[in-house]
Amino acid sequence: MTTPQLQLTGIVKAYPAVVANDGVSLTVYPGEIHAVLGENGAGKSTLMKIIYGAIKPDAGELRFQGKVVHIKDPREARALGIAMVFQHFSLFDTISVAENVWLGLDAKLSLTQVRQAIVDKATAYGLDIEPDRPVHTLSVGEMQRVEIIRALLTNPKLLILDEPTSVLTPQAVVKLFVVLRQLAAEGCSILYISHKLHEIRELCTACTVLRGGKVTGTCNPQVETNESLSRLMIGAEPPALPPRAHNNGGVVLKVTQLNLPALDHFGTHLDGINFEVRAGEIVGIAGVSGNGQAELVRALSGEDVRASSASITLSGLDMAHLLPMRRRELGVHLVPEERLGRGAVPAVDLAHNLLLTRDEAVGTGGWIHGPTLLAQASEIIRTFGVKAGGPKAAAQSLSGGNLQKFIVGREIGANPKMLIVSQPTWGVDVGAAAQIRTAILALRDAGCAVLLISEELDELFELSDRLLVIAKGHISPSLNRADASVEVVGAWMSGLWTTETNHV
Amino acid sequence: MFELRNRAEASRFWAAASPALALLITVAIGMGIFVALGKDPVQGLQVFFWEPIKSSYAISELLLKATPLLLIAVGLAVCFRSNVWNIGAEGQYIVGAIAAGGVALMATPDTSGWIVVPILLAAIAGGMAWGGIVALLRDRFNANEILVSLMLVYVAVQLLQYMVYGPWKDPNGYNFPQTKTFESATQIPKLMGGSRVTIGLLLALAGAGGMWVYLYRTRAGFAQQVGGMAPAAARYAGFSARKGLWTALLISGGFAGLAGGLEVAGPIGQLTPYVPAGYGFAAIIVAFVGRLHPAGAVLSALLMSMFYIGGELAQSRMGLPKSITGVFQGLLLFSLLACDMLIAKQITWRRAQ
Repeated sequence: MTTPQLQLTGIVKAYPAVVANDGVSLTVYPGEIHAVLGENGAGKSTLMKIIYGAIKPDAGELRFQGKVVHIKDPREARALGIAMVFQHFSLFDTISVAENVWLGLDAKLSLTQVRQAIVDKATAYGLDIEPDRPVHTLSVGEMQRVEIIRALLTNPKLLILDEPTSVLTPQAVVKLFVVLRQLAAEGCSILYISHKLHEIRELCTACTVLRGGKVTGTCNPQVETNESLSRLMIGAEPPALPPRAHNNGGVVLKVTQLNLPALDHFGTHLDGINFEVRAGEIVGIAGVSGNGQAELVRALSGEDVRASSASITLSGLDMAHLLPMRRRELGVHLVPEERLGRGAVPAVDLAHNLLLTRDEAVGTGGWIHGPTLLAQASEIIRTFGVKAGGPKAAAQSLSGGNLQKFIVGREIGANPKMLIVSQPTWGVDVGAAAQIRTAILALRDAGCAVLLISEELDELFELSDRLLVIAKGHISPSLNRADASVEVVGAWMSGLWTTETNHV
Repeated sequence: MFELRNRAEASRFWAAASPALALLITVAIGMGIFVALGKDPVQGLQVFFWEPIKSSYAISELLLKATPLLLIAVGLAVCFRSNVWNIGAEGQYIVGAIAAGGVALMATPDTSGWIVVPILLAAIAGGMAWGGIVALLRDRFNANEILVSLMLVYVAVQLLQYMVYGPWKDPNGYNFPQTKTFESATQIPKLMGGSRVTIGLLLALAGAGGMWVYLYRTRAGFAQQVGGMAPAAARYAGFSARKGLWTALLISGGFAGLAGGLEVAGPIGQLTPYVPAGYGFAAIIVAFVGRLHPAGAVLSALLMSMFYIGGELAQSRMGLPKSITGVFQGLLLFSLLACDMLIAKQITWRRAQ
């Protein structure tokens, strides 16, 4: 039998509050694409950081190519042949691709040599990259390619990828898989961290499932089903979403010829945006991040009030220049993409975080009625099953999924007429995601107009009644969900709808 | 080998204990300095920590000096919590003093004691105006408020010099650069006989109480702090950043100005070039040592006041320069910054491998 490329035995890593890895064992063979599957907080990231030398385990053994190793730091890991592509890129925006790769390289090479090495690797793996382009002109998919090339230049024997497809179009995912399969065929082992079951089933040949820091199973994902994998991952089937009928009412939100120049160099101009959302329907906006979603959300929420008069109306009322508070009074609520720092103030307790968007506990003269505030927060914690130390727990002490449930609960509790939700389940575990989606659907059935901005096609297809695509600050024509397919939406995500609509 | 590790969450114990430990370290280093200077460290300790509280008169002097420190620090606490870095409270204090002095100079021997009210209102307005300049420059031209507020201190000093050397110089003052002594009607009422403590102390305590209510019991105070802690959340909620900036600088300017007015119409009784006593800068330390909390500011204002009195006593009793006060203040701030590391991190002992 071949020697495993990587073998972990009984890895333990305890933090004061939580045991992140509790006796984790993992075996990866050469040329294997091995999935590490688990909910948020299951201990995947900790385990990967241990392998990459960024964290030292409290106990356990790590063997690389048969030899016991104690990896001191990432530099040593790279010297051994372990490379990692992080979920969040570490690239400098203002300098070129080659310069970025050069900066991150341990080996001493000249910039020209690095440039040549990039071109060679890119050709060998069919990765399309121009070494001289400044990074800020790249799309997210291209940035990821830079990170992968950077990893490949160290000639890794083990490549770790953390949620690599969360930012990619379906077409880019296909391309990435081709590269990964080629790497594996050359004998490189790949650790693929994800919670997207269908990708794992398509790509990976082995899978280790983590739950609560422990291994709950190892399997060959290609012979498993989504249901059996998610059972291993969350210990239960995800709650099924209720069936629904599409019966919408009058137009609530209407956006007409919305043009908005970007606020800074790296922003996106919104250009001639037109769409409407009716009462009782969910309109999904698909698109790769950085194509104008953030700008559109700010214009709709009132965080940006530069839009021209009457370009944004609510039930016929011009709200283009209204401030967020006035818009909330009219019933427009937002669940923003960033939970900590925007949706909630990290250091402030949950109860006081209600004050960002709710004013039931605020009396005359702006006086805060403490008991009302606490009761309100407790109510949300109870209804949405938020795991928290209570209404006085600081927002930053909650896991991402639990904080998101609290924020969604806060906005839904305001009985909005129009709810805008941006990436509602980004980085949220499967159980919490299902709960959040159910809540959004219930709100729609109660007659609220919902605008869902998401990068997850699964989510958009599951929730939306109609779909729009945003690309480079333009909005596509509307598609009924029944008429939409992943292929069409995927193609539109690159902005390819204009020619088609000219014929309509 | 000692190792610093991040704590899973901030330690509540050290958040409270860090100022106490910082004080201990300050005392220890201070004793070392006394020894190095060939002075008796026990006498040094006595001068700083026992003399200022050993009699009721000593305590009243302690309270007298703590009053401006507390007032300014409470205003600065709001400012710093809003992430607005007003370093120029000293300038706002001076302009408050000038404005108060201007009103006090209008008094005649027949003026009623109620003139104290317009004197203090003028002081507040003066401080607010000086703080308002900073807000305007930051709001309009995006000027850095740290630099602008600091530089305005020196402008305020020049303004004071101009007034006491020029238009407001006492004609019967033997050409000394000072105004005439204010009429007795302008004296801020004393709290009790036999001491120099005025109702200013009550105003400062009320200010601290009011600020606590504002920060923790009103939405406006909450919004003000969100702007400092999480600007994106403030924009999301619709709390105006401009309003936050103006509020912070007007509040801290007003408090500093009031402190200046209470000093010139109280213990000083006239305008002289020696009105600036560094309270505006010392109050920055008071605010931080007091954890930017009104109640904490009360304790730290008393402590800082002890250092002031201790420094003066050290000069007369032990022949040490008065600047020992500044040394102690600086030691305390640095020790606190160092000890605050313990809130987020813990020190563990690890055997060298």
